[in-house]
Amino acid sequence: MLRFLQTLDRRWIFLAMGLAVAVPILLQMRFPEKATPIAEKAFATINDLPDGSRVLLAFDFDPASEPELGPMATSLVRHCALRGYRMYFITLWPFGPQMIADKIREVIRADFPQLVEGEHWVNLGFQAGNEAVMQQAKSDFKRTFPRDDRGIAVGQIPMMAEIRTTRDFACLIAVSAGYPGGKEWVQYVVTPERGSAVPLRAVVGCTGVQTPQLFPYYPGQLDGLIGAIKGAAEYETLVNEFVEERSPGTTIPEKYQEAVRRMGPQLVAHVLMVSLIVLGNVIYFAGRRRGTVA
Amino acid sequence: MIGRRTSWSGTWRGAVAIARPTVPAAIVLNLFIPLLAFGVATAHAKAREVAHATAQDSAAGAAERSARSAPMPPPLAPVDVRVADLPLDEGGAVLVMWKVPPEAPAGSIASFVIRRSMTQAEAASQRLERRKASFEAELKRLETQGVAPEQARTQAAAHAQREVPSPVPGAPEPLQWIDASEVPAAAPGAEMTTVVSSLDPAQEYQFMVVSRSADATEAGAAPSAAVRGEPGLFLGKRIYLLGWILFISGSVIGFILVARGGRPMRIRRLAALEAVDEAVGRATEMGRSVLFLPGIQDMDNVQTIAGITVLSRVAKTVAEYDATIEVPTARSLTMQASREAVQASYMQAGRLESFNPDSVSYITDEQFGFVAYVGGRMVREKPAACFYMGCFFAESLILAETGNSIGAIQIAGTAESSQLPFFVAACDYTLIGEEFFAASAYLSGEPDQLGSIKGQDVGKALAIAVIVVASLALAVQAIVPQWGIGSVAAFIRSTLTS
Amino acid sequence: MKRLIPLWIAAIAGFTVIASNFIPWTLSMGDLVTTMFNVLAAVAYVLGAASIAKVHLSKLSAKRPGWGYSVVTLVCFAVTLCVGLLKVGVRPEPLSPDLSFSGSYSEPGGAIWWIYEYMISPITATLFALLAFYVASAAFRAFRAKNLEAMLLLGTAFIILLGRTAAGFFLTNWIPPDTFGGLRLENLSIYIMQVFNTAGNRAIIIGIALGVSATSLRILLGIDRSYLGGAE
Repeated sequence: MLRFLQTLDRRWIFLAMGLAVAVPILLQMRFPEKATPIAEKAFATINDLPDGSRVLLAFDFDPASEPELGPMATSLVRHCALRGYRMYFITLWPFGPQMIADKIREVIRADFPQLVEGEHWVNLGFQAGNEAVMQQAKSDFKRTFPRDDRGIAVGQIPMMAEIRTTRDFACLIAVSAGYPGGKEWVQYVVTPERGSAVPLRAVVGCTGVQTPQLFPYYPGQLDGLIGAIKGAAEYETLVNEFVEERSPGTTIPEKYQEAVRRMGPQLVAHVLMVSLIVLGNVIYFAGRRRGTVA
Repeated sequence: MIGRRTSWSGTWRGAVAIARPTVPAAIVLNLFIPLLAFGVATAHAKAREVAHATAQDSAAGAAERSARSAPMPPPLAPVDVRVADLPLDEGGAVLVMWKVPPEAPAGSIASFVIRRSMTQAEAASQRLERRKASFEAELKRLETQGVAPEQARTQAAAHAQREVPSPVPGAPEPLQWIDASEVPAAAPGAEMTTVVSSLDPAQEYQFMVVSRSADATEAGAAPSAAVRGEPGLFLGKRIYLLGWILFISGSVIGFILVARGGRPMRIRRLAALEAVDEAVGRATEMGRSVLFLPGIQDMDNVQTIAGITVLSRVAKTVAEYDATIEVPTARSLTMQASREAVQASYMQAGRLESFNPDSVSYITDEQFGFVAYVGGRMVREKPAACFYMGCFFAESLILAETGNSIGAIQIAGTAESSQLPFFVAACDYTLIGEEFFAASAYLSGEPDQLGSIKGQDVGKALAIAVIVVASLALAVQAIVPQWGIGSVAAFIRSTLTS
Repeated sequence: MKRLIPLWIAAIAGFTVIASNFIPWTLSMGDLVTTMFNVLAAVAYVLGAASIAKVHLSKLSAKRPGWGYSVVTLVCFAVTLCVGLLKVGVRPEPLSPDLSFSGSYSEPGGAIWWIYEYMISPITATLFALLAFYVASAAFRAFRAKNLEAMLLLGTAFIILLGRTAAGFFLTNWIPPDTFGGLRLENLSIYIMQVFNTAGNRAIIIGIALGVSATSLRILLGIDRSYLGGAE
């Protein structure tokens, strides 16, 4: 038995992981999510903005990270729409426009049809250039994003009239999967403005792997940090509670419970990982005692 | 696993400097850590006390103020209003200065409102908004009265045009004002200053400072002269950042000059780079290829350049051993640079005829498309040695695990801190962060390059010194606030966040 | 001369971008330099496409093992390029119905949208999902409590893995929140992230930043020239 475990084919582990993810999804296992102070701070930062605030939403992710970041992007757009903020969508990733289009279709057009494009929200699309785009947007936003996704010049869009630089936004919400993303927004846009009278508030949502990289910036430069699907589930829960407070008895659609749904397999997979680590060490020490280390 | 070693054991001991430290790190750490822990714990306790006391004070103050409220005389207009372009800025900011009237009764002025003139574009935009609102309101009224839609629209448009007329061409437009900011009033006779920013550097603005009392009564001074917020010659707020840069760059250049002067520069052994020859030799013996990935980013990323620098050294070793190397790239420019680097290395080794240009090829920009190709290639071709030197993201674990599954010796180097754990777990040798950037200097052995590493360590020593000083200052401030040491930490913070 | 000109270009471009961070009137020059790089990178796509075509066509013509996959690669490359450039299946903008090219290529219903929605998106998501399997096998194989540091690492890993899920809540919600609330797994994991992880990451970030600055300085000053192709 020890020999078998020492030379265990990794495909058994793959199978175990596959079942650990598939079974909770199929059985629709869900667990209650209690928001941590970090998620609450992110929620409060966005919720406490004045009515009609201008919010810059940078969706810097692609289909590969959509399973982890998609639910948080959905909740963020929903929260901004519920609060009546004016939303400006941009992206620095080539596949980002599709992500933005998906969220606009799923949230704004589906549940907030009264919001008018060009007056309440605008999709300014993708710009190539990574940090150069951020630096240029800091000094001349309209030159950086000269037209929206429909090809209309920003000068003809009513809600772009008051925008000159990134300082004209009340809050930056960056959902990022890598480079360029949250870290670059903090380095090039948020930090230089930190000493000004009205600093740009910033909330970043990122993948689990990026979260440790961004923690040094919280809370000094970042006002909120939503890390991984866990953070997304907490934030989603807070937004759903907010909706429940405003309209008691409202049924929450499934699309606004995706993050919580995905925490089911997360739990089982993490428990499996812990078990595998323990098993691996048991095998190692048993083998060492017998003098048969693999 | 051959010679499997991670940098964990050596890292925490030698993490402070690659070059030999001039100050024993252990002594500094043994003094610093307990002091820091004590300071932090005390600071937390003190902060809780201060927050509680502040809350009590403000509640008491508000109660006292409301109890003393009585009818106030109207406010007096501010005096001596001056405006000037804010110097040494990036433009779009103006300094507004004024004086609180000395004869103003105490408490008569609650705040000062700073107003600026609208630009023509802003005025036109505001006219458009007002006309639109007037049109909508009139249209609704006419529709309720049963007027036909087309006629209602025409009448509403005419009404809106009458209510909000367009300016007469050629005639000067009356100035319109926007509230730019509001600042609480200081004591009578005090000089006050505020900065109005987010202005258009190409436009001229006039400013007006208005005194406002608690009951919103206002008294304004005459508008100021027009001023433009032009960009300065230099960004004054970044002077400290420039200082840091000059210091660190100066130390790098200084040590390069010292190295050129003949002083030997020793750096500690980097196991990952010592293993390059071993890895290539293994590939030659097994008759299998060497796989080198210079990251998935473009040439504007310094990690890619560092990776190509290492590639040129590895390719030279491969050429000398007469092995084969494959370099798939995820960016076209990187492909070009890598190809030239490999070709030059083969030429240096005197094996130009063995160089195959197609061994350096472009795959795709798409991250997972690239890793799918590389993973498949590794499983089919089974390279004996895999080098991952550059900027990697989520694909790092897939690459490293695939390499592990085929039994290849793997040497990785990246400055992406989020991917380091995956490489450390799955690769035989890993260059962590700055070790990766030192690789080029290490492999070349040139005094110039080794000197630059020493200069970089001066920067690190500076960073440590700043952390220690600021932490001590905050700890002392928490224990004995009357000493006023906290201003030291505040000053350091202001220079670092400029 | 052949190596001198690129060195000068690198130095001028680099120092211009540095200067644009401090001298406002050079900001446009810094933007120009970065725009020039973007143009170069775009033009280099042609070189990359040529490389793909050359490699796969030669493999196809020589009938080397795996030449069938080269056919698939070339066909997919050509089809995607054509449907994207020609905007196949894209409806014109309502504002410009006579201009067939006026629609957005990413509009639902277009051929390029179909390729993205039904091929690129699921394939990249699937490959990203492979990470879950690989991390499990890496954890099983590599995480051994061989020494004190490894044991600390494992302990931290357990706290984070459990604390970031409902398991942490279930395991430790019996701990009184007032006095010992910090020992609950979810709070402990946040503390580890905010204190230990942040400290370690800050140290690594500082070291990396210094390494980047020294490397960049070597490149801008022309001391390190190996990226140009061989050292002198």
